[in-house]
Amino acid sequence: MRRLSWFNAVSLTLGFAFLYIPMLILIVYSFNGGKLVTVWAGFSTKWYGELFRNEAFLDAALNTLKVALLSSTFATVLGTMAAYTIVRGGRFFGRTLFSGMIYAPLVMPEVITGLSLLLLFIAIGLDRSIITIVLAHTTFSMCYVSVVVSSRLVTFDRSLEEAALDLGSTPFEAFRLVTLPIIAPAVISGWLLAFTLSLDDLVIASFTAGPSSTTLPIKIFSAVRLGVSPEINALSTILISIVAVGVITTSLMSKRAIMRRQKEEQEAI
Amino acid sequence: MRRFGLISVPYLWLLALFLVPFLIVLKISLSDIELAIPPYTPTLDLSRGWEGFTDWASQLDLENFWFLAEDSLYWKAYLSSLKIAIVSTIMTLIVGYPIAYGMTRAPDEWRPTLMMLVILPFWTSFLIRVYAWKAILSQEGLLNQLLMGIGVIGEPLTILNTNTAVYIGIVYTYLPFMVLPIYAALERLDESLLEAAEDLGCSRFTAFWLVTFPMSKQGIIAGSFLVFIPAMGEFVIPALLGGSKTLMIGKVLWEEFFSNRDWPVASAVAVILLLLLIIPIVLFQRNEEKQREAER
Repeated sequence: MRRLSWFNAVSLTLGFAFLYIPMLILIVYSFNGGKLVTVWAGFSTKWYGELFRNEAFLDAALNTLKVALLSSTFATVLGTMAAYTIVRGGRFFGRTLFSGMIYAPLVMPEVITGLSLLLLFIAIGLDRSIITIVLAHTTFSMCYVSVVVSSRLVTFDRSLEEAALDLGSTPFEAFRLVTLPIIAPAVISGWLLAFTLSLDDLVIASFTAGPSSTTLPIKIFSAVRLGVSPEINALSTILISIVAVGVITTSLMSKRAIMRRQKEEQEAI
Repeated sequence: MRRFGLISVPYLWLLALFLVPFLIVLKISLSDIELAIPPYTPTLDLSRGWEGFTDWASQLDLENFWFLAEDSLYWKAYLSSLKIAIVSTIMTLIVGYPIAYGMTRAPDEWRPTLMMLVILPFWTSFLIRVYAWKAILSQEGLLNQLLMGIGVIGEPLTILNTNTAVYIGIVYTYLPFMVLPIYAALERLDESLLEAAEDLGCSRFTAFWLVTFPMSKQGIIAGSFLVFIPAMGEFVIPALLGGSKTLMIGKVLWEEFFSNRDWPVASAVAVILLLLLIIPIVLFQRNEEKQREAER
């Protein structure tokens, strides 16, 4: 077994301390009894109570969930179609433009995406509401989904699909029964990515949200712009825990899946 | 026919919600303020044929761009964004490289856990991670409490609402984007090359400098673009951690739009920002393609 040299041990420790200490401080101070966020005044869960009594936050959280569920689902369907087209579509008119439009939103500054979508919605006379946020989120997150899915499609053995077609299934059946089950993990992680991106987005949502469709990040931003708020610490703690549980579970599940596969392979031999 | 449907749905979606909005931004950047707030006056009336087009085109001008060129605020904001983005990309590289390198040197059974620890912040809300620094960096914040407690400083340091806080924020939030590509590049490195270098008399450091570092170049380039490009247009970090003196173009665009309600100038700011970013974006895509070909 390799041993870590002191240099590597130090750089890993410092690096992960840098990544995690700010979040740990946030979590610890969400249980602070005092109003001042930087002075410890005893353990208390009162800010969680305040948070759940704050209807504006609850409304915003509900809006955020609606937007995230809808936009990530649309983005997954569109992104998978786009990935399939790019990897399998062969040559078609405007292919370069199409792949450019798929990659550009990944690196586009959010302020530009947000501004341009808002100007579009105003130009076509679409009132700003949850629907406009869903449209905006679908557009940028479908590109992420398509990158995730196409990286799986590239490594996929095409002869399996061809076998299904030879055995008499229609192209759609071949996709549903052969391709989809194989690319499913990538489609699911694409959905999760789209969901998280939507939950997290402040800038694009600020441009495209109407007064009655405030989302959680917009609410958080206006609350913390001027200072630190213990309620937001409590909210952040909840959000960080959800993500942590999700990431840890999926990584444990994938580890177990790999171990199971290795065991089956050994038994097969 | 079915294939046509498969291609056309995402294609039309992106045309309508990605390309067309840009054309609108471009058009508004060329309009006057009274005309650009709805109802738009310079509408393109194609029913009048060529004359309709020339009428429309004659109403467009570069006035907003002259305005940007004349007002030093915008110049300074572009230059300062460029400086902040470059410096923070270099800082992220200096912080991120040892982490990525340490991960590849760690025992094999640690790697999935280390990988998870790098990815976890990536899934955690960006806004919350930026916000976390507010309580640490403020005047009576935890960093000042700590430093004064151990007697390093007598007076609290002013870090929050300065460019220093913006640098810390960018390095912190974009660190996973730097670590992951470098780690991917280093992981592919064949260790026997290092052994060969050491057998041939290289010191550890020379072997690193002559073998490992050049082999991780692709990862460094990819990571740097992934930090530099979004940092250029960053809004949240300067808005939460920067002060009134922090000039970043993303913030200027936001204020031009939401506070000054000057849509044509906001659009012109966006057009110039995009032009500045096209070069790094194209270089980034080239690098990605090169890497993909190398993997084949």
